[in-house]
Formats: sequence, C-alpha cells, structure tokens
Amino acid sequence: MPWADALIESQSPRLTPPLKGRALSYIDALNEALMLALDLDPNVFILGQGVNDPSAMFGVTRQLEQRFGSQRVFDTPLSEEGLTGICVGAAMTGLRPVYCHNRPDFLLLAFNQMVNHASKVHYMDNGQTNVPLVMWAAIGRGWGSGSQHSQAIQGLLLTVPGLKIVMPSTPYDAKGLMLAAIADNNPVLIFEHRWLMKQTGIVPGGIYNVPIGQGIYRRRGDDITIVGSSHTLQLAMQAVDSIRHSYRQQCISADIIDLRTIKPLDKEMILASVRKTGRVLIVDTGWAMGGVCAEIGCLIAENCPGSLRFPVRRIGLPDVPTPAGYTLEQFYYPTAEKIAAVVIEMCA
Amino acid sequence: MIQYRYQGSGFADWRAALEQYTREQLLDMFFQLLRIRRVEESIESRYHEDEMKTPIHLVIGQEASCVGVCGVLTRNDLVYCGHRTHGVYLAKGGDLKAMMSECYCRANGCAGSKGGSMHLLDKNVGMAGASAIVAGIVPIATGAALTAKMRDETWVSVVFFGDAATEEGAMWESLNFAALKRLPVIYICENNYFSVYSPLSNRQPAAVDIFKKAESFGLNSHVVDGTNVLAVREAMTTAIGRARSGEGPSFIETRAYRWRGHGGTGDDSASGYRDPDEVTLWQQYCPVELFSTFLTENKILDASRRQAMETHIDGEISAAFEFAINSAMPTERDLYAHVYSD
Ligand SMILES: Cc1ncc(C[n+]2csc(CCOP(=O)(O)OP(=O)(O)O)c2C)c(N)n1
Repeated sequence: MPWADALIESQSPRLTPPLKGRALSYIDALNEALMLALDLDPNVFILGQGVNDPSAMFGVTRQLEQRFGSQRVFDTPLSEEGLTGICVGAAMTGLRPVYCHNRPDFLLLAFNQMVNHASKVHYMDNGQTNVPLVMWAAIGRGWGSGSQHSQAIQGLLLTVPGLKIVMPSTPYDAKGLMLAAIADNNPVLIFEHRWLMKQTGIVPGGIYNVPIGQGIYRRRGDDITIVGSSHTLQLAMQAVDSIRHSYRQQCISADIIDLRTIKPLDKEMILASVRKTGRVLIVDTGWAMGGVCAEIGCLIAENCPGSLRFPVRRIGLPDVPTPAGYTLEQFYYPTAEKIAAVVIEMCA
Repeated sequence: MIQYRYQGSGFADWRAALEQYTREQLLDMFFQLLRIRRVEESIESRYHEDEMKTPIHLVIGQEASCVGVCGVLTRNDLVYCGHRTHGVYLAKGGDLKAMMSECYCRANGCAGSKGGSMHLLDKNVGMAGASAIVAGIVPIATGAALTAKMRDETWVSVVFFGDAATEEGAMWESLNFAALKRLPVIYICENNYFSVYSPLSNRQPAAVDIFKKAESFGLNSHVVDGTNVLAVREAMTTAIGRARSGEGPSFIETRAYRWRGHGGTGDDSASGYRDPDEVTLWQQYCPVELFSTFLTENKILDASRRQAMETHIDGEISAAFEFAINSAMPTERDLYAHVYSD
C-alpha cells in the first residue's frame, strides 16, 4: 500500500538521535532484533500471517526465513485463537514463539488464549510452567483504516494480571524491547505504531535490552509532567517543542516520561515527577476511558493529591469507534497542536 | 425417551485381544479403572460436608477412556485435559494426596490451591495442563506437539475434551494446523452426549459423526466403545505408533455415558433433561464391572485378587483424605506468588 508508506513518511517525527553511533530505521532495528534472537537461541521461532511473504510484516521479518529456514520462520493459517494457543503450548514446553500480527484488531480473536490461558497458566499451576511468548502487532492510523484496522487495544488488556505490555517509540527501544520481550519468561505484548516505523535512529549493533517495566525521561523540566508512550508521546514532544519555539509563549519546561512499558507500570517514576511539577497530562494512543490514561490518573489521585496544582488531564481517544474518512479523523485523533493547547492551558 | 443407546458390543469379541497383554498389564488396567471409580465415589460421598470447596466433574461411567489412553503412554508423554480432570490425572499417574489437597484448597495441593479440581496438574508425571474453558486446552496441547516436532523430542502430546469442545472454532483451527504440520498429537474426544444439560442433538446435526469431521480435516480418525478399556487401548496403540513414527495426528472419539450430573454429585436426570431410564440402561455397560467379569471369566482376576485391590485402594484413599484435611491452608503471601515468572 503505497499510500500508507507515504503517510508514514510524511508524519514520522524526525528526532535528534540521543546518542552518536549507527543510524538504523525502525523496521531494520526490529529485523535485527529478530535476527539476533533467532541466532542466539534455537528455541526462538517466528510465525504470523505473511512473515515470509514479499511484504514481510512491513519488512520486520525480511530475510528471516531465508536465513533460519521454514521450520523456525513460517506463515500461518488464519487461525488467531488457535495459533495463539499453539504458541502457549509451545512456550509451556520450552520454545519461545514470536507471533506477529499486522494489526492489534486481529488479536481480539485471540483473547481467549491471551486472557484465559497465556496470562494465567503460570499462576493456575502455582509456578510449575511459564509462558515465554511474544505477541507483536502494529497499530494503524489513517487512510481509511477505520474502526477495525486502527484499534489501540492496550487499555482492554491493561487489566489482565500476568501480562506484560510494551509500547516502544524509537528504533533503539523497538530493538531493545523486542529482545527483552523474547528474553522474558512471561507473555509479552508488543504494540508498535505504524506511524513510528519510518523513523531512523541510533541503534547499537549486537544484543542489548531495554528493561521491561521501566520508563525513561525524554525531557526534564519543572512546570508539568507529560506521561505516555508510543506515537502519542512523540506528538507530546513535538507539542512541547512547538511551545518552546513559539515567540508568544513563555518557555514551558516539561518532564516527559516515555513509559516504554505500560504493564507493569513504572509507578515510582510517574509519582516522583508529579510530586515535583504538580501538573500532569497523560497521553495515550488508545481510548481515554478506562485505559492507560484512566489508570495513571487514578494512580496519581490516590498517591499524590496534595501535590497537584492543576487537575489531572488526559488526552486519548474519545469514546467513539475510529471513523474511516479523513475529515472525521481529524476531529478524532490527538495532534501536537491539541496537546500543546492543553499544556498551555494547564501552565497558564 | 431413550435418546442415546449403547452401540458397542461388550467384551465378547475381545478374547483374542487378551493375548496381546500380560496378566500384569490386564490387572493393572482393571486396577486403574477401579481406583478411579472408588476415588470418585469417595469424593462424592464427602462432598456434602462442604469442605472440598471446588467444582467437581465426576468421570463415573467414563473411566475406560482415560485408562485405555494413558495405559500406552510413558511418563514423558504429555497429557492435557479440560474441566473433567480427575480420571485423566489419576490414570497418568498424578499424586492422589496432592489431588485431594487441591480439592481441599490446601497450600500443598497439586496447584497450590490456585487451580482447584478443574486444574489438576502433576508435571513430574506429564500431567501437563488443564483448562476450564471448553476447548481452550486443545490448541495448547497442539503447541506442545509443535515443540516435540521442532526439537525432535520423543514424547507425544495427548489431549482430552468432550463432545461440546468440537463446537468451538479453536478445535478445528488446531486440527487443521496439526494435520498441516503432521504433529505428534492425539485428540481424545470423550463423547458423553451431553454438555451440561444440553443433548448433542441440540448442538450438532445427527447425520455427521464427530470423528468423521475430524477425518475430513486430514487426521487418522476412529470411533470406539468408550466403556471398553481394551477398545480404547487398541485405537490408542495405533495412534501412538503413528505419532511416534512421524505419521501425524490422530483423533479418537470414545463414546460412553456420564452417570452423574455434569457437575457436583448424584444423578440429576430427574430434572428432566434426560430420561432416568437412559442412565440405568448405560449402567449395564459399566466400564469397571464388565471388565471385571470379563477378566474373571478368563481366569485373570479372582475374588481374592479383587478384594486385595479394594482394600489397597481404600487405604490409599483414606490416607489421601487424612493428608489433605491435615494440611496447612495457604497464606495471604501465597496469593501474590507466581503472577509473573522470574
Ligand atoms: C467456552 C466455554 N463455554 C461454556 C462453558 C461452560 N461449560 C463448562 S463445562 C461445559 C460442558 C462441556 O461439555 P463437553 O465439552 O461435552 O464436556 P463434558 O462436560 O460433557 O465432559 C460447559 C458448557 C465453558 N466452561 N467454556
């Protein structure tokens, strides 16, 4: 789909790389992570609809079958629930499956295995078995993706004990979190965002992990804390930069926390920052209601009500399915401008 | 009205089959059947005390399938099942004391009181997984077979489920994948004609046998008399031979009748969902007693041997109850253990 590529190209934020070193695209960073994992551990295998086809899961699984063979990298039937269960059974007996999906929307067919089984086996058998399973999917946005090809369903899964959920926002994190997820002995969901995938960033070669369960400060500041992950976090950084660069506004300095993992949450980092700034805006690619925004808002309300100088604010999606057309879409999605307006209001 | 009749032919045709087994093997098959029956009866007799606070699904009337299947398995073979776990767990060699402790919600239960009667597990003997979600365990067992194939392991994966599980999509997704990859997995469908109160006729078209559907997915598939341990074992012997030699998955439908209600104790047919006479009819085809008679007629079992078995089992059961009741309860700390694996 050339339109999707064009879209991602046009929207992808150009970041100043945090470190010096080798520049790599987001896709190549993920591809490299999978190569390294396959190379390192014979128990790792990759499956998913089209992982060995010409589009190769947006390029993420490119060349993997050629290098590692069709026993370890294979196309699947369209059986999301069944194949997820098969991955659970394989993981319980010593393999480390990485099951790739184009879109999180398709994972809804696999909820029985994810929610009733993968996340609970270890608990239900009192620690006798574990489920080192990675489920990977890329959130879509725009050009008619609509209600069934753009859902960011992390909020639905946040409430499930036993799952881990990571949402990278940079090539460096995408590789490091993929490696960490494969190395983890629990079911880990990786939600990518299509609009992050054309980024290039500094990515060290070789194996490294981005620790699951720990956030990172992308900016340090005193006026406000902005917390979130994935594409919306990048929008928030653009928003803050736009305010800083605007002549009419006073300089607003923000703590920007990239959660990297949304379950388990890095509570300490969030609370420490909010206690310092007294203002918090939570952003998420998913629905605001009952999701990541709601959970973090509640965490703050419970733990540092006395520190707040302004009510907690959240920016997620309205309680509405995703529209398909671009006119409706512009009212639907958060943008850097919308985020900047809220930040200005909060810091006025 | 009698809706589901016994379609088998008893043990009359099985005299020749006796030659294939040693006396010890035959006696062991009988011992397993008897032991499961007695364990189930003892649970049933004490359930009203309300100390076993766990939903039970008794296998009385259906013992021959788990005994026939597990009889040809080694300790290394992996077995998975649904909510009706008791028979499979015991037939695979699961520890009786740990099972009773689990039923009594004790800390030393086989699942530390986190699973209950529907999640009896004993990894040491290959009792590898159970799910209380109908058909939920079927893909998981299939995945274990994928491991066996990918790592060239010698074990076979075997999964038990009821007739209703064959109405779930994940069932057929699993069969398709197992056939596609020629996985060493054996599917045991214990058809007892009911899903809770719902007869098979409400749920599946009468003209298509379950094992035929599996066959159409490319599996080696058979139906057997699920009250006849020798019939089950014979089908299983073929299936395991195929699995071990890389010939792919098999499906065995075993037909037997659940004498008790779906869950809990006693027969509930008076509630009207099935004819009480149907239960009585099936009780004539008791998997334990008909086999006992057959072995006795063929001079393999005698009254004193049987009595010795009864006495042994009685002692074992009393000791297991005693053990469970005197075991410690879990603590609040245990609640938080094993949410995540290290
Ligand atoms: C997905 C799902 N739907 C419904 C139930 C409720 N339920 C529990 S056991 C059962 C009967 C299943 O019948 P069958 O699979 O034939 O096994 P049986 O109980 O006869 O051994 C039902 C409907 C469930 N546990 N899981």
